[in-house]
Amino acid sequence: MENRNGCKLVDLPESTRRKDRFSFTLLVVIIVLIPVLVESKYYLIVLNIIGLNTIVVVGLNLLIGFAGQISLGHAAFFGLGSYFSGILTANYGFPHWPAMVVAMLATGAIAYLIGYPALKLRGHYLVMATLGFGIIINILMGELEQFTGGHDGLIGIPPLSVGGLTFDNDLKNFYLIWAFVFFCMLVARNLLDSRVGRALRAIHGSEVAANSLGVNTSSYKVKVFVLSAMFASVSGSLYAHYITFISPSTYDFYYSIQVVTMVIVGGMGSLWGSLFGAAILSFISEALHVAKQYHIIAYGVFLSLILIFLPEGVLVGIQHFYQSKKLQRLIAVKTPFLLWFNRF
Amino acid sequence: MSNSDSILELVNVSINFGGLQAINRLSFQVESGQIFALIGPNGAGKTTAINMITGIYPPAEGEIYFEGQVLSGKKPYQVTRMGIARTFQNIQVFQNMTVRENVMVGLHTRSRSEFVRCLLHTPMVRKEERMIRRRCNEILEFMGLASKAGLLAAGLPYGDQKKVEIARTLATEPRLLLLDEPAAGLNLQETHEMSHTILMIRETGVTVLLVAHNMDLVMGISDTITVLNYGEKIADGSPAEIQNSDKVVAAYLGREPW
Ligand SMILES: Nc1ncnc2c1ncn2[C@@H]1O[C@H](COP(=O)(O)OP(=O)(O)OP(=O)(O)O)[C@@H](O)[C@H]1O
Ligand SMILES: [Mg+2]
Repeated sequence: MENRNGCKLVDLPESTRRKDRFSFTLLVVIIVLIPVLVESKYYLIVLNIIGLNTIVVVGLNLLIGFAGQISLGHAAFFGLGSYFSGILTANYGFPHWPAMVVAMLATGAIAYLIGYPALKLRGHYLVMATLGFGIIINILMGELEQFTGGHDGLIGIPPLSVGGLTFDNDLKNFYLIWAFVFFCMLVARNLLDSRVGRALRAIHGSEVAANSLGVNTSSYKVKVFVLSAMFASVSGSLYAHYITFISPSTYDFYYSIQVVTMVIVGGMGSLWGSLFGAAILSFISEALHVAKQYHIIAYGVFLSLILIFLPEGVLVGIQHFYQSKKLQRLIAVKTPFLLWFNRF
Repeated sequence: MSNSDSILELVNVSINFGGLQAINRLSFQVESGQIFALIGPNGAGKTTAINMITGIYPPAEGEIYFEGQVLSGKKPYQVTRMGIARTFQNIQVFQNMTVRENVMVGLHTRSRSEFVRCLLHTPMVRKEERMIRRRCNEILEFMGLASKAGLLAAGLPYGDQKKVEIARTLATEPRLLLLDEPAAGLNLQETHEMSHTILMIRETGVTVLLVAHNMDLVMGISDTITVLNYGEKIADGSPAEIQNSDKVVAAYLGREPW
């Protein structure tokens, strides 16, 4: 899909929808087939972690990749989802689905309180505000012992259930988590392909121009920040009910960095890139099962390499590589796969 | 309002940046249906005047009226919703979006679906989306951009990017259009096309405020000209009157030939 100047031709929106329908169908097929192919319980756990991270990363990418704002506090929103769900169900016997909705709304409200003042000001105040907020929330998880169980963690969180079906093992949680991944990606896709999504991308392109075309840019930035916090909260709730035990160390600053890295590796502003970024980095994290200090170094090196060699992210970078004339001449025959790949 | 035909009126408007008096007690009226030109040497304050009208900088003193309503204190997006649109001297197309998408953003004020509806892709969203597509195609056709609709704006030649900016503002359905140096950087042929486009836009009933350096363009198409120098109005009148004004010639000769 290149024109003579080597400049990428973007598909008409109608075909974008069709190709997305295909990708989403493929995603469903893969989700259904994976447990048949993967027998090891260990890999199933890794896949579940990938799914939970994908939900956070898709939400964060709406903020970073489309509205051009950065949050270093998403561990806190993920954690608020976990702790609200955990405390309400384990300590107060709240029904779990309503608890999850309450958690999501409460997290959204808290995000609004942080985002509203931070995004009113021009500049990188959101980064500072979320960084500080993340650290404070993480400390509170340890200190508010009577509610959170302190550093020892909160135990006895019940698994989720629908009708008679209780999601009490890795396989059942696999289907549950990936159903949520599918749904989250679908609504994110809807948003991006709409009036609001275009306005968000316009803010990224030129804030002053978006404003002068009638977009209330500061309000949109706050709203997308709240939305991305809600995505993280949902993932946090799912995590709490899946593992049934939560403790503060899961929600430290390191996790905030991790999800930002996943967005960048997958490609800022690329929906399918979010899935890709979450998948490879979660996998690498599990593979390098060493102390966290080394993790951080490995992440730093990895992130630097990506930013230097593939600044658009790995998935988009690979696509551009495939689209480059040189390679297409090399391959000479455009395989159907390549054509399909080009269409992203 | 002293004149019922005027669509825009500035009354003793001033602004300063630090010690610099960028605009000093500027007053003028733009009549409905006109092509009104604002000219002056570099740094005269033309862009600043547009920025004040559109709410980017609130004026320190004075009032601005649009169709009799006070503009001062309104944010840029609110000014747009009232019926004023603008282009930028330094191009501000959305480089990360296609030509079509750029114009679709211009239709933001013409549609209403917010976050929740868009997330769920409700029937209302679908209906609006069809309307947006249809309007967008009409505008692309009008601006001669239809064949480039699917191209990324970043890859377009300069002249086309200028057209995209104008197309996008037309999508907001303005009654007053502010064009900041629409012909800057264009060659002779493109400048000619641009004056044709501006005349066509006026034909559709839109009042145009034109900021320009290019005298051929200004003299050829404007009805009224106001000349700024160091933030102050030094002359106004018809193109013929301005061309024969000693003050204007002196202001321009001091800096840049025309
Ligand atoms: N945001 C700002 N901060 C400080 N000074 C400014 C600002 N905007 C404009 N100025 C100054 O105000 C004066 C008028 O600038 P303006 O851009 O309005 O001129 P102009 O008539 O549009 O010139 P040009 O023909 O070069 O576009 C200049 O001296 C400029 O440096
Ligand atoms: Mg200027």
